[in-house]
Amino acid sequence: MIESKAIGTKIFKIFLYIILGALAISCIYPIWYAFCLSTSSKTAANSGMVNLYPVDFTLRSYKEIMGDLKFLNSFWISIQRSVIGTVVSLLIMILMGYPLSKTKREFKPRNVLMWLVIFCMVFNSGAIPWYITMVNYGLLDSMIGLVLCGGLPVFNLILIMNFFRNLPRDLEEAAVVDGAGPWRILFGIVVPCSVPVLATIVLFTSVGYWNEFFQGLVLSSSDKNYPLQTYIKQMVVNVQTAGLTTDQLKIMNELSNKSLDSAKVFIAMIPMLVVYPFLQKYFVSGIMLGAVKE
Amino acid sequence: MQKKRLLPVQAHYTFMIIPGLLWIIFFNMVPLGGLIMAFQNFNPGLGLWKSRWVGLDNFEYLFSLGDARRVIVNTIIIACWKVVLNLLIPLIFALLLNEVRNLRYKKFVQTVVYLPHFLSWVILSSVVLNIFGRTGIINQITGLFGADPLIWFSEANWFRQLVVGTDVWKECGFNAVIFLAALTGINPNLYEAAAIDGCSKFKSVFYVTIPGIAGTIVLLGVLGLSNVLNAGFDQVFNLYNPMVYTTGDILDTWVYRIGLVNLQFSLATTAGLFKSVISFFMIVLSYWGAYKFADYRIF
Repeated sequence: MIESKAIGTKIFKIFLYIILGALAISCIYPIWYAFCLSTSSKTAANSGMVNLYPVDFTLRSYKEIMGDLKFLNSFWISIQRSVIGTVVSLLIMILMGYPLSKTKREFKPRNVLMWLVIFCMVFNSGAIPWYITMVNYGLLDSMIGLVLCGGLPVFNLILIMNFFRNLPRDLEEAAVVDGAGPWRILFGIVVPCSVPVLATIVLFTSVGYWNEFFQGLVLSSSDKNYPLQTYIKQMVVNVQTAGLTTDQLKIMNELSNKSLDSAKVFIAMIPMLVVYPFLQKYFVSGIMLGAVKE
Repeated sequence: MQKKRLLPVQAHYTFMIIPGLLWIIFFNMVPLGGLIMAFQNFNPGLGLWKSRWVGLDNFEYLFSLGDARRVIVNTIIIACWKVVLNLLIPLIFALLLNEVRNLRYKKFVQTVVYLPHFLSWVILSSVVLNIFGRTGIINQITGLFGADPLIWFSEANWFRQLVVGTDVWKECGFNAVIFLAALTGINPNLYEAAAIDGCSKFKSVFYVTIPGIAGTIVLLGVLGLSNVLNAGFDQVFNLYNPMVYTTGDILDTWVYRIGLVNLQFSLATTAGLFKSVISFFMIVLSYWGAYKFADYRIF
């Protein structure tokens, strides 16, 4: 009896490790696959020989990319957008989150503002009115447009606000007694105490800006102003789905260069892979900290 | 001491609010004004003020279109499957991971499964389309069983399943974060007590673990309601093609095509407004439910 139970547990354990292992592998595979395709020769990549490891290892695609000014330009636009966007929106959200973390007694319009913010989160204008507005602002092809046009990231603001609210009151009271003003308290005490949640927001925001392709697509008048993701969408993904008949697809297939495309895709993954390990340790705790109140 | 301060604290707070408030007003609120296009025959040359008013004609026209009905049905089907499976699969994943005793393995799995969440659909679709493409690994596997190769994302019969499946796979780890946190909150003494009372490991999942995180499950389930019209624009837009419009075209992609490609601004706005209003009520309903059933407030 006891023995059969032990065997059952063992089988379950093996099953468990295999399932989770398979899931984990499937999550790494896209990255590995893009790498393999990009370092294989063009013929091998196009003929579908590459699945698990590079075939005819070569770095030609990467050399070719280094001479592709359009790609490099898109890459540079995306880097600028992520860095500027993260800094600007983080600063604005810290400044806004702090007064909103006060009670109504300490900051009178708090509740009105809060409802306004919530309303913006639950009701949006849809793509077309938004697009017309951005065109009227003259935000086509501008970095300001790429940074601001998504509107205030309300969800992140609420995470920050909830975190600020949960900081011990005594800290601030002590600072007030010592004569610190609101700005001093915010940047000298509240912000340094909020590193976990701010790190989470930096991760979400920078990755969000990096991954955004739609605004880049509709707010660019020519392909030299595309951010990287939009560039990849237009140059790589669209080509694959454009063919209608199998014959056409075959021709497309011969003309396309999967190795070169994958190299672009892989390069687009790199910044994310670089940032991820540093911030990964924060984000799980950060989400939970911001989500729970009192 | 008090006199030294030039401005009251509230004035400082107001200054702090201003940049964010401007951002909200100009980029969240002002576009809402554009929604009146839904009640106009909007002409970009005339602008919002001079375009002709047509009342509810746009809505009548919208619902008379076969395309519109089709995309609404597609949207609801894809979105509802996503809501259900994005709750169930992460829950199962969290329960499985909770049983892993080898901490290094656990940490490894946890770290890796969050990865796809941070990759965009542009990037993932280029890889996914290759994997499910003519010469991709999926066809090589099905080929072993004698099946003909398919271009999977061009098959109308498969498109919805693949969209839902790939989305669940991408978000699985991330959606499990909250479950995993809830699982660590269960008192280990409960498991001990259950074991002493003769509860097997398997049974204790049902009698201890699941009741322990029931609140979280209810909460996420109710919040999921708000997504019944969110089939995922980024994903579908990057994966679909004209061959799968019958089953895969959703409201957001349709709005994009009629609005920004065909330039029928009023009709597209009408469809967008329809989505926004329904979503608004669903979100309010879900937050109300979350407050009622799980005592959850966003602020």
